Amino acid sequence: MDIQNPVKKKSNRLAEIAAGKTFPTETHDVLKSEEPLLEVSGFNLSYGAKQALFDINMIIPKGKVTALVGPSGCGKSTLLRSINRINDLLSTVRINGEMKLNGEPVYAPAVDVIELRKRMGMVFQKPNPFPMSVYENVIYSLRIDGERNKSVLDEVCERSLRGAAIWEETKDRLNESALGMSGGQQQRLCIARAIAAEPEVLLMDEPCSALDPIATNKIEDLIADLRGDYTIVIVTHNMQQAARVSDYTAFMYLGRLIEYGPTSTIFQNPHLQETQDYVTGRFG
Amino acid sequence: MSVVFMKEIDHLKRQILTLSAQVEESVILAVKALLTRDEELAQQVIRGDFDVDQVEVVVEEEALKIMALHQPVAADLRFLTAVLKINNDLERIGDLATNIAKRAVKICKEPALMMPDELSQAAIRARDMVHDSLNAFVNFDANPAREVCGSDEEVDQFCKQVRRFVEEQILKHPDGISGYLDMLLASRNIERIGDHATNIAEDVIYLVEGVIVRHRTDGIL
Repeated sequence: MDIQNPVKKKSNRLAEIAAGKTFPTETHDVLKSEEPLLEVSGFNLSYGAKQALFDINMIIPKGKVTALVGPSGCGKSTLLRSINRINDLLSTVRINGEMKLNGEPVYAPAVDVIELRKRMGMVFQKPNPFPMSVYENVIYSLRIDGERNKSVLDEVCERSLRGAAIWEETKDRLNESALGMSGGQQQRLCIARAIAAEPEVLLMDEPCSALDPIATNKIEDLIADLRGDYTIVIVTHNMQQAARVSDYTAFMYLGRLIEYGPTSTIFQNPHLQETQDYVTGRFG
Repeated sequence: MSVVFMKEIDHLKRQILTLSAQVEESVILAVKALLTRDEELAQQVIRGDFDVDQVEVVVEEEALKIMALHQPVAADLRFLTAVLKINNDLERIGDLATNIAKRAVKICKEPALMMPDELSQAAIRARDMVHDSLNAFVNFDANPAREVCGSDEEVDQFCKQVRRFVEEQILKHPDGISGYLDMLLASRNIERIGDHATNIAEDVIYLVEGVIVRHRTDGIL
């Protein structure tokens, strides 16, 4: 456990942040020893005149689960969607700063955005299976890449469904419509579809918020199983979920990354008073 | 129930059982060293206390981490609070075993003293209380824990008899006062071990039944 600085840095910075000020992120030293999959530096994003992200500097460690937490409107989903450039689809978005995936720029002019997105899997709040069979859902990304070899497709389908802990439930109904599955099953199917393309990072935007507690539990166990093989970034409103599933937690507030460190430290002994106030429910 | 949470609970269980085994061994060896005037054995117990202290810190950190990250409730919450308290008692028992070993080292350097039977009976009873309370914990069984609570009075009575014996011997043999005082301190440590074993037993009853039985006068034990 990281026990440095047991005394919280006293401050009343929330009011100053609300007034427009930006402070450097309190990044815990242990992150320096991690191998980064994604490096974000000096990253700013605005929707028209409204700035949503301010000078974000962070690394996403390889093979680990990183949770983005913070009150509504803090920019956590915006940051997640910046990683696979979904925000580009909005014409009013302006971005500056740098983001690198495995050392390669995400935002350089020469980047093929479609190719870039193939390197990332995304799971949304509401399960979004395509209106086709379970099998076709899973192998969709291979199909659009032109893969026709049936044995390759079968193998990927089974491996992905097993990886998403849903093979036993679907192996006898691969040709049935995915829309007939329960919400929890649909979400795990979406995770299977995401990992079928062997992405470098899995982005999850509130993946359990539309699910009941049992389905949530299954998704959380699945995240634990995928850890190590995949790098996962998860946005969650549910702090307890962040505590349960993540290795690192990033606390955001009004577009700033306030504190970023090991989840066990963030939830036991955060460095900043603001973080402590948020994780103990004193605001937000 | 989350698989990760279950794994972490199992891991914590293994750690506290390791600590239990270490502490029980320390008590057995310290009592043996005292009763048989074995200085080398006593030194071994003193050296071992460092390891006990290290494991105690690890167990506490793990339990706090699980509480912070998983917000356990019901039986899981009782288990974690019991682990934290038992962990504390085990560390204290380890310290008391070390104190007995230190008394044993001093007694070994003195001319041979008469050892009253009550001292060995108190030591053996306290040792058994530690063993039985930890067994109750391992098996999540409140019945042996209740028996442990009932044994504390026996240890206290033996220790009172040791005190009377020491008082008589000091009056008869003032030259041996130093050794007899060490004996008295050792018996006091044995009595405290019984108290901590009782605490563990009470925590096991809480763990299994969810009832706090300390300080009860309504005979619920």
